[in-house]
Amino acid sequence: MARYQCPGCGYVYDESAGDEHEGFPPGTLWSKVPDDWACADCAVRDKVDFVKLEPPPAESR
Amino acid sequence: MSSTMPTTSASEPTTYRDSKRYWWWLPLFVAVSPTIGIWLAKTTGQIGWTWFTPFLWYVFLPIADALVGRDESNPPDAAVPGLEADGYYKALAYLSVPLFYVSWIVGAWAVSTQHYGWIGYLGVSLGVSLTNGLALVVGHEIGHKNTRFEKRLAQIVLAVPAYGHFSAEHNRGHHKDVATPDDPATSRFGETLYEFVQREIPGAMKRAWHDEKVRLARQGRSVFSFKNELLQSFAITLVLYGAALAFFGPIVIPFIVISTFWGWQFLSTSNYIEHYGLLRQKLPDGRYERCRPEHSWNANHLISNLMLYHLQRHSDHHARPTRCYQALRTDRAPELPGGYPLCFTLAYFPPLWRALMDPRVLAVYGGDITKVNIQPSKRQKILARYGKAGA
Repeated sequence: MARYQCPGCGYVYDESAGDEHEGFPPGTLWSKVPDDWACADCAVRDKVDFVKLEPPPAESR
Repeated sequence: MSSTMPTTSASEPTTYRDSKRYWWWLPLFVAVSPTIGIWLAKTTGQIGWTWFTPFLWYVFLPIADALVGRDESNPPDAAVPGLEADGYYKALAYLSVPLFYVSWIVGAWAVSTQHYGWIGYLGVSLGVSLTNGLALVVGHEIGHKNTRFEKRLAQIVLAVPAYGHFSAEHNRGHHKDVATPDDPATSRFGETLYEFVQREIPGAMKRAWHDEKVRLARQGRSVFSFKNELLQSFAITLVLYGAALAFFGPIVIPFIVISTFWGWQFLSTSNYIEHYGLLRQKLPDGRYERCRPEHSWNANHLISNLMLYHLQRHSDHHARPTRCYQALRTDRAPELPGGYPLCFTLAYFPPLWRALMDPRVLAVYGGDITKVNIQPSKRQKILARYGKAGA
């Protein structure tokens, strides 16, 4: 499960948590998030602008 | 005076002190000002006090802005996280929420029971319409935050001016489309306030409803679900307005109509002046360039900024929409000819507004009219006038 961050405001989309309010249940993959979706917090940046976060060392296998 | 001042301050370690810290009580005073006016009218017998709040907005604030002038100061970068984390500022914004209910209810009571005649009735209704406008500013501030509590509080405060669709419309709609022809809440070069309002009010409602429908559909719900956040807020409005009608009778109807629609006008006029004529250019990939400071009009006038939670520092807000009001900064952005209170009155008179603003828009684009967001119905006429016919 990967995490993606808005480069503007820092909002993080975590695939394992999803975003219930936005209508993405836990486990919703980033690829299933619509391409025209804008950041849930700032709406300044779009999905394509998001940056994939490297997993922290403790979580990497 | 200066001779008695300590001279060591430069060498002392400095922690940032926010000089505006205690001035943020000012909007709370404005939020209750219709009640103060009603009380003064009652105790003095002078009906003129019912016009206290309209006088504050349309007369006192433009004069105060002119006298006190602009505030170019910014908190240093290092101080911003501390400012944002300070719960005092949030608490002040929350504290204003019940005050808007107080002003609305006291206003409804006053027009129904105080036998003012039409002058007093109108004064109170317009006064409450302006606090309704301020309720929209508070709903805007709180609605941008990302906790569930703040989103709920925004719905509650937005219920007073009957604008429960604002958060959905503004956060997911306006911020995404700002300064493009697609945005009903961005005014175009040559468009009058009166043309804009007819496009903006229905356009905003349509976009909010559509976006909420899409969000609910992703959750597998119908748009008429109890989870519809627009309908939740409108339900509170219905209870408030319905209770007033049941309690005070039909005499309260003109009050409701005037305070609601003139309150909406407050929002529409703010939107009208905030991005007039400004346009994000299209990139080669077909997307619009990212929203930058030059896509919003700013006003740095101190007094009106204190009353409006720094809303007039609009560029920084659009660049960082989740930033709290107390930390908003002034940056290199196009400047309005005055604070919002003055600009409202200018916008009511389209020839005056255009005479002042059209040259400012052109200056932003180095005189290139083809880079401007032009009202389509006036496009050929405007292009011809600025020497770009056929462009």
